[in-house]
Amino acid sequence: MNRTMEPVLKVIDLQVSYYTDLGRAIALAGATLSLNAEEKLGLVGESGSGKSTMALAMMRMIKPPGRVERGQVIVDGTDLRTLSDEEMLRARLSKIAYIPQGAMNSLNPVTRIGAQMMDAIKAHDPKARKSEILERCMQALESVDLKRPVFRMYAHELSGGMKQRVCIAISILLKQKVIICDEPTSALDVVTQRQVMETIDRVQKEIGAAVILIGHDMGLMAQFVDKVAVLYAGRLMEVSTVREMFTNPKHPYAKALINSLPSLDNKGVFQGIPGLAPSILRLPSGCAFHPRCSRAIEVCTTEIPELGTLVDGRSVACHLFSDNA
Amino acid sequence: MTDLLEFKNVTKIYSRGLLSKTSTTALSNISLKLDDEKPTIVTVAGESGSGKTTLAMLLLGFITPTSGQILYKGQDISKLRGSDRMVFRREVQAVFQDPFAVFNPFYTVDHLLTVPIKRFKLAKSKREARAIMYEALNAVGLAPEDVLGRYPHQISGGQRQRINVARALVLKPKLLVADEPVSMVDASLRASILETLRGLQRNYGVSIIYITHDLTTAYHIAKSIIVLYRGEVMEAGDVDTIINNPKHPYTRLLIDSIPWPDINRHWGETEIKAKESELTAQNSGCKFAPRCPFSFWPCFQTTPLFRLNEHQAASCFLYEEHPRLEAERLTELLPV
Repeated sequence: MNRTMEPVLKVIDLQVSYYTDLGRAIALAGATLSLNAEEKLGLVGESGSGKSTMALAMMRMIKPPGRVERGQVIVDGTDLRTLSDEEMLRARLSKIAYIPQGAMNSLNPVTRIGAQMMDAIKAHDPKARKSEILERCMQALESVDLKRPVFRMYAHELSGGMKQRVCIAISILLKQKVIICDEPTSALDVVTQRQVMETIDRVQKEIGAAVILIGHDMGLMAQFVDKVAVLYAGRLMEVSTVREMFTNPKHPYAKALINSLPSLDNKGVFQGIPGLAPSILRLPSGCAFHPRCSRAIEVCTTEIPELGTLVDGRSVACHLFSDNA
Repeated sequence: MTDLLEFKNVTKIYSRGLLSKTSTTALSNISLKLDDEKPTIVTVAGESGSGKTTLAMLLLGFITPTSGQILYKGQDISKLRGSDRMVFRREVQAVFQDPFAVFNPFYTVDHLLTVPIKRFKLAKSKREARAIMYEALNAVGLAPEDVLGRYPHQISGGQRQRINVARALVLKPKLLVADEPVSMVDASLRASILETLRGLQRNYGVSIIYITHDLTTAYHIAKSIIVLYRGEVMEAGDVDTIINNPKHPYTRLLIDSIPWPDINRHWGETEIKAKESELTAQNSGCKFAPRCPFSFWPCFQTTPLFRLNEHQAASCFLYEEHPRLEAERLTELLPV
């Protein structure tokens, strides 16, 4: 492949705040990421850490009282934040697709699956001929391992895993560059989860898209993604390859997260992370993780660490590693 | 010896409408006993559609079995009346899967916790009620000031689920039915919820029926496991034996599909033979046979349980040479 390795997705200094009655809450504080085509990034964090906010901000779907305050989201050379509303409508699904959490419950119960798929294409390509639209829908269904008759079925006739795969089929109709999946399998059982993830894996390779997988299941991340980004209280704590993340996590939070995973070797040992995730309305001073961190030093309580790059290309936001930057 | 709970050959069949002849067997011939003296944690595992939730609903008395009996302390739960019924309602508590569906959006979180305290007259004064609430919330790792006075939409899914566990805790139950309590909760919080559940069993003598599809958490929390598929017991016994050495092809598929948090261990060595969409609705024999890579002709007739060793039984003709085990005696295999 002699494609230039310009990242297909660049998120630069993206910041989102929610203005609530209790004050301003910074849900995402200056996140910076880049992703190459065909790369899979896992975005992990506890609930309330800003994972979904980041996805919504990238889609420009943040609603008041939330506001995107600064930053750029560059997909394939275009900054999505500079587009007009009309252009953004076109960009959604054609450049960047978003499969929200519980997408399978968003299918319209009173129209056939096929009609919903055709709607998506018609909205973006009004001149397309019907036979062509039909063919594209069928191909999409087949690429997610569903039979053609599904096209004429209603949502209630399908199982959870099948509905989720229909949503994936819709999201790949326009062969976009970036697909964001927000916990695509959180309501599915393990065997179906494996089927859905294998489906995403396959279609992603087929259309060469970059995938962002949002979730909190580190097991799934280990099986699926190439890179992991750890969010905590709206800040990126560590970004590194999946192998490094699991074999040698740097940030104390990432380390605690990995250690909290159940494995077969340590039966009955529950290593939760002590303390509670802070409310983003009342963030501790300095590094947001310092009250729960076993390795906190004095500077952690006063200064917010910047996301710095280590020698081996990983990024970590922690004072313990700031010398190496 | 009194049994806290006994399932006697329970079968539940859902029929579709008045005229339709098709019906779904959600649970067939399940027998299970829990000892009052020895609190334990039993996992009921299986995919969606395996009858796990039907089992929970039957146990809580929300639906009645088509045949068979469910006894609580020797009494049929469908015939409980008056004060016996109140005792049953207090001592058998549930935590459900979906923390988004169980809250009434019009009330603050306090409501969910105060109603049971009032109903069962657990506190003499408001201050006492508050103390009980605080204790329960702290026990599940929530800061009371963070959640009390808030509406459900203002708190996250993980917090909601922990409030549900706190609600059950308030009542000091004898038996807790936990239907997928952690499937929608953050991985980092799962540990604390599971630890709370296990603490309940150890310190308060609460027996727990832990219903899940997640075998990793089952392995960590439970003593024994029953693997269901389409309403039938596929494999049952000691949790260590079954997770480390699964015999039934279905259990093997389940274990093989666990996404291990280990980059050197890849899932997907066992192939998923048939896609769910291709399944035929019913067959008389082993329910897993159409998807089973090892199926052969005897699989299409009724499959009994075979006792493999002291703490493991599988319903599969691959183990035909082992002695048969009657469904009623399944409990003998389960360690407490």
